[in-house]
Amino acid sequence: MSDLFLLRHRNIEGLNQLSIYLENGGFKTWKKAVTTQKPEELINEVKASGLRGRGGAGFPTGVKWSFLPNNIWPHYVVANSDESEPGTFKDREILEYNPYQFLEGLMLASYAVQAKDAYIYFRGEFWQIAHRFDERIAELTAAGYLGDHLFGTDYSLRIHTHLGAGAYICGEETALLESIEGRLGQPRLRPPFPAVEGLFGLPTVINNVETLTNLPVIIGEGAAHFRSVGTEKSPGTKIFSLSGRVKKPGNYELPLGTTFRELIFTHGEGIINDAKIKAIMPAGASSALIPATDVALDTPMDYEFVPALGGQLGSASVIILDETVNISDLVKDTVHFFKHESCGKCTPCREGTYWMSCIIDRIVSGKSKKEDIDLLLTVARNMQNKCFCALGEFSTTAVVSAIDKFRADFEARLES
Amino acid sequence: MEKLVTLQIDGRSVTVPAGTMIVDAAKKLDIIIPTFCYHPKLKPAGMCRVCLVDVGRPQIDRATNQPVLNEDGTPKIVFGPKLETACTTPVSEGMVVWGATEKVMEARKEILEFLLTSHPLDCPVCDKGGECPLQNLTLKFGPTESRFEFNEKKHLSKHVPLGELIYLDRERCIQCGRCVRFQDQIADDPVIGFSERGRSIQIVSYSEPGFDSIFSGNTTDICPVGALTTADFRFGARTWEMENKASICTQCPVGCNITYNTRREVKSGKIVIKRVMPRQNEEVNEIWICDKGRFTYHYANSPERLTSPLIKRNGELVRVSWEEAIEFAAQKVKAAGSKLAVIASGRLSNEDLYTLKKFSAEIGGKAILHTTISGGDWVSRVGMAPGSDLSKLEKGSTILVFASDLHEEAPLWWLRVKGAAERGATLIVANARKTRLDKFATHTLRYQYGEEAKALDEIISGKSEISRAVKEAENLVVFYGSDGLGLAQSAFVAEKLAELLTSTGHTGKPNNGLIAVWQKGNDQGAWELGYKTDEHLEDTISAAMGVYIAGADPASEDPGLKIALQRAGFIIVQDLFLTDTARLADVVFPAQAVMEREGTAVTGERRMQYYAPAVCEPEGTRPDHSITCAIAQAAGMSLTVASTAEIFEQMTAAPGVFHNITLAQLRETHEQWPKIGRNEVYYAGTAFDNKDGLGVILPLNQDQEKPLPAAIPEAVAVPQGQFLAVPVTRLYDRGGTVITSDMVKERITRNLISLNPKDADKIKAAAGDRILLHLAGRDIEGLIGLDHGQPEGVVLVTRSMGALLSTPALAAVSVIEPATQKS
Repeated sequence: MSDLFLLRHRNIEGLNQLSIYLENGGFKTWKKAVTTQKPEELINEVKASGLRGRGGAGFPTGVKWSFLPNNIWPHYVVANSDESEPGTFKDREILEYNPYQFLEGLMLASYAVQAKDAYIYFRGEFWQIAHRFDERIAELTAAGYLGDHLFGTDYSLRIHTHLGAGAYICGEETALLESIEGRLGQPRLRPPFPAVEGLFGLPTVINNVETLTNLPVIIGEGAAHFRSVGTEKSPGTKIFSLSGRVKKPGNYELPLGTTFRELIFTHGEGIINDAKIKAIMPAGASSALIPATDVALDTPMDYEFVPALGGQLGSASVIILDETVNISDLVKDTVHFFKHESCGKCTPCREGTYWMSCIIDRIVSGKSKKEDIDLLLTVARNMQNKCFCALGEFSTTAVVSAIDKFRADFEARLES
Repeated sequence: MEKLVTLQIDGRSVTVPAGTMIVDAAKKLDIIIPTFCYHPKLKPAGMCRVCLVDVGRPQIDRATNQPVLNEDGTPKIVFGPKLETACTTPVSEGMVVWGATEKVMEARKEILEFLLTSHPLDCPVCDKGGECPLQNLTLKFGPTESRFEFNEKKHLSKHVPLGELIYLDRERCIQCGRCVRFQDQIADDPVIGFSERGRSIQIVSYSEPGFDSIFSGNTTDICPVGALTTADFRFGARTWEMENKASICTQCPVGCNITYNTRREVKSGKIVIKRVMPRQNEEVNEIWICDKGRFTYHYANSPERLTSPLIKRNGELVRVSWEEAIEFAAQKVKAAGSKLAVIASGRLSNEDLYTLKKFSAEIGGKAILHTTISGGDWVSRVGMAPGSDLSKLEKGSTILVFASDLHEEAPLWWLRVKGAAERGATLIVANARKTRLDKFATHTLRYQYGEEAKALDEIISGKSEISRAVKEAENLVVFYGSDGLGLAQSAFVAEKLAELLTSTGHTGKPNNGLIAVWQKGNDQGAWELGYKTDEHLEDTISAAMGVYIAGADPASEDPGLKIALQRAGFIIVQDLFLTDTARLADVVFPAQAVMEREGTAVTGERRMQYYAPAVCEPEGTRPDHSITCAIAQAAGMSLTVASTAEIFEQMTAAPGVFHNITLAQLRETHEQWPKIGRNEVYYAGTAFDNKDGLGVILPLNQDQEKPLPAAIPEAVAVPQGQFLAVPVTRLYDRGGTVITSDMVKERITRNLISLNPKDADKIKAAAGDRILLHLAGRDIEGLIGLDHGQPEGVVLVTRSMGALLSTPALAAVSVIEPATQKS
């Protein structure tokens, strides 16, 4: 518990009030950076820390920052607060209970790339949180932590909040930029990449809320401190959002490299009614379904080891399924989610997610033929490697892995 | 020198400029990589995914930066883990593309299967059948059966009017986005867009009236399925029933190349035009046409067409035989001798105009061009020279648009000038008010109506950026139009602009010169044949014994001319309709429309183009030149009735700019890019490829006798509280060929008069109110619209709406009737 970098409000009551945050060392790192450090120093420290993006892709953050060209201005930083992956609720806890550490992180990132304007893109459903943030930003501006010529230097920074309107696709970074620009939330062609041509066509860094919240720790206490926890290639802590058939679902901040077994059985206190665990989805609805074998349970949760199981760590939204769950019901939920959220731009996702939803509905309601299971698998495979963005690709992961590993659950639904 | 890249596609080598997309490189080899969302004139989108191909690139050793070689010395090619979209991937040196392997064919088949899951089985009743990319590509690459459950197909609306001209079928739409992107990128009218998401994504119109864009019809050409259809052609005919007749649109001086699709009707046995389609001429209209050209052809079938000669008896025009009418006219002509005023318009073909000029020369009378603006004699000298092509204008070129609202006066020139500006050409828009071209202008120059001379001096002799841009340009093209200009003002403007071009060395070479934005299609042809305007036409008519008018309607465009005609000794008229002028005539002859005969016309860019008949001539009508020759013959003159072809021969044998032009030259074509054709409609849409002729730009007029200098027009003094009323041209007015086409009746300008909102406030008027303009000697009444972009103290009056304002005049303004009850 004392190893918390991010969910520090669990130890410090009232941390979401500015006065308490300041009492606990808040914004010291910010002031030090702006008044005494060069932006390159921050970039190098973050590179040295090995921090990887916590939104799901796991891309080294410092490396991402260094892609911004220094001959095209202005630069922008955008905080991706669209948290919409089913099973992910980590960013929300930070935004509600440790908001100033997130803001300080966003501010440090802005200083590192010399952005004068930063944006926070909130999913539309977070409108109350967003309004509170407008108040917090005003508070910080009044206190001199945001605004013009900060601490008497040449550096100025403004933070703007922007509300989405209920679209998972707007968590995809280029669709997010389209949404901020007032256009339809559909992803853009890449190249060019946002680092070169992003918001309003200018160099832009887009980082996840959790990623940014790590920055005051890294820059304030140093890369080595950050690296003292976690693994060699995946240093630091991760907030695991545990949900599903466990006794104690919730957010757990643990060192990367902690095993599934520890998360599920120690922190989550095991399966409801002590039923038998069946499958793990480590990355929310976008996951592969991993059968809960001992090998799987003893696998460390980080960006390196999880792929060996046939899945990705992703945003670490760990959903647990037990023997009471018929996997075809679960797949129905994931398929319907993606069908609802598909932006409609590309053919395979727009038509494929709808088609899959028709087939899975038939299967689950007992109205299907045996061939339908293979048809569902075929449709999913036909979508793969053809979609414009990751949403379409990930809509197929659960389907393919479920039929591959749990076909019996599907066959149980067939009319006899 | 642009960089070239060589690559392999399906084992064949091709060299293309760097930056070319794989699909276009393949097209150069005539290899089909299917596309739906891609269009060669739009930015790539990569949305439909049907163009996925296998792309391999030479492997480069990261350490040495040298290509890795195979044992046999050939470069090692590494293929990506995923197929790539050919439409978004630019070529690179040594690239290897496979478009026909099993892997690629499977992927194509799967994408087509996805598209067909929601696509209705409408082929038997769908207009697109026969020219449908989805049909064609499915037959070539798609599955023969669908694995989708039929009763799970979505049912959506099938007759959604996006406006009254374009209908959307939501079931057929494959969400390729071509229509939305065309409107955004090319037409600059983003009035349609996507709404909802996922499988529910659909096209909606945002404007009121719906799909408010003068280029909307083009979206039905580029739609790869039968989702977008025109109200004009919907359920009209099957493509394989129709014949393709190449022609030219004569509604404005751009001279867009078109194809009439005709069919012989079962009931009547008549050949009728079913629709107008663009014909590719990259040097004139690319593959586009505007909605006016697409939808107003119906005037030819209007029940109001004249079908018999008429003679006035007891104040009424009665039907008579041709012999009687010709004899009557001939008698009048013989009696008048040289005191006959001959008045023609730009609606006539070159052959008609040539004949009429010979006629008036023989009797010793004057051949007058009745038109809105003057200066075509300058255009003949310093206009566009052979080899010119607006597509070639880019960085280094300057375009000056003076006193013209191109979007209204010549839509395809607006499109082309916008395109040039987007390619880097310097665009200078000089006008007294804001127009739709301002957005793309590098510089805008505002002047007051009436102070054109001052503005021109600034450009010609000034030291501003504008002056420099004009003088130092590699190429200079100057447009002038009819915005607030009458004959006198425009004659002066043309002369000054000609002076500008000559003094800066921008004449006599391709892509340099003066272009006039006439109101009619063949005004330039008249000028090339030596016609002149007459600023004192009223006096000329009064002094003449009688008037012979062909294709012109002065009585509906100028009150003074109307009065003069009412008092004329006699009037002979030949026209398509019973115009206001025809009603005053003593004898009226029924003429033929463009699509009913052959002929040639000259565009504002001085391109001579040929058109052949598309439908049979209506009974009782004759081509204009025939009527003239018949009258001449009966009057004992030397002219005899001849075919259009014979007149063309005579015209091109005579000295002048038409000298030695042959029909073969006019009908020459060469391969154009993008490659289009009826066998490859998926690539760029259903516009017709051009097998019938690209036309020829005439050599410049080398005549030693220059036009007479124009007087500096006097500006109208406007006292406090009064207004300057100026004539402007709008696309959809109440001209004879527009008002008789029901298809566009909703689009016709409702508001005759336009005011600046501040002025409207001052006189307590609102949009839609009926106001009175009190001019010297007469009144004009009409509904008003408001325009922030026009200056205060000015009322704009639309031409050809019955207001009869042809030159700026002083006016007092008052409200007659508010549109709504004011509380």
